[in-house]
Formats: sequence, structure tokens, C-alpha cells
Amino acid sequence: MATPQSGEIKYLTPIAVDTKKKKYCRFKKSGIKYIDYKDADFLLKFVNEQGKILPRRITGTSTKYQRKVSQAIKRARHLALMPYVADLLK
Amino acid sequence: MLKQYETVFIMTPVLSDEQMKETVDKYQKFLISRNAEIVYEDNWGLRKLAYPIQKKSTGFYHLIEFKAEPELIRDFEVMFKRDERILRFLTIVLDKHSLAYNEKKRNKAKTEKQKEE
Repeated sequence: MATPQSGEIKYLTPIAVDTKKKKYCRFKKSGIKYIDYKDADFLLKFVNEQGKILPRRITGTSTKYQRKVSQAIKRARHLALMPYVADLLK
Repeated sequence: MLKQYETVFIMTPVLSDEQMKETVDKYQKFLISRNAEIVYEDNWGLRKLAYPIQKKSTGFYHLIEFKAEPELIRDFEVMFKRDERILRFLTIVLDKHSLAYNEKKRNKAKTEKQKEE
């Protein structure tokens, strides 16, 4: 059995360091040009469980489409397709 | 210049089927009388609201897509405001992307219907 040299710790498998997964804008990737405010189920992906709009830093959406997402969510809220405030939405 | 618009409005759930049709009819007639062209219509029926409006928790949704002169929209919205049977309404202008999206969605629905038949 090999003895550790000069107190250095050796691992058999490399330790799991959180490798950052690159975020991407799903609209740019899949070529979606228009975000429909009538599709509340889809918009649900961009709000948290209180019904608040998630920031770009979490969803990875590009600035251009984040504007459209927020516009669509606000329209959906106006038409009572989505709640303004909620508890345990998901 | 002619623009394409999309209006969704919510009617109170207290209306009977007939009254509902009558209300929808009123708006259609207005559009036609002002030389607007109705492109598409969709009745979503009675839906649950995400939050109560005027103490109602459900409502009849109706969507009209039409081509019209921008001057007409103001009168159209005033009509909604004065009508107590309307809980909410929203009119938006469709740009080229939303037009393409709506077209695609309609074609999809059409082919599905044909498949069923």
C-alpha cells in the first residue's frame, strides 16, 4: 500500500467541484420570436412560487426576451390567467 | 393605416348563454359597422379566474382578432368600459412575430381537426 507522501492527501477520484453549467437563453436557442400571454402554463416557468417574475440571472434569458417575458406575464395577470400574488403556486 | 389587433374580454358568469352571445354579437356588429375585418374568433367558455374580480371567481372569455383603423380602438374600449357585463378587457396590436405565431397556431388546430375527421 502506497503511503501518502509529505502529508499530501490523494483522492482516487477527483473531488466534485461545482463546474458551472453555462446558462443560455431558451428563446434564442429554440428560435421563439413571440411569447404568448395566453399560454399561462408556459409563463409559469418564469415566476417563483409567489408568482413573482424571476430575474434573468436565474433563468438565463437574454435581455431582449426578458422584456417580452415580463410583458407577457403582466398581460396574463391583467386577464386573470395568472395571479398577481400567490402562495404555493408550484 | 390598417393594423391587426387582438382583443380578449371577460364577461360576468351571471349571464345566460343567450345573453353572452348577445354581448359578443354587440361587439362584432360594432366592428363590422366601423369597417373592421374580423379575422378570427375564439370562445374559451367559462374559465376560472386566477383571482376574484368584482367578487366573481369565474368568467366567460372571448377573443376577437381583427383588422382595423387605429382611430376605432378608442371607441371600442369606451364601449367595454361602459358595459357592466364586462369584467376585464385587453387589446393589443399584433406585430409580425405575433401574427406569424397566431397563424401557425391556427393552422395547427386546423390540421388536428382534419385528422380527427
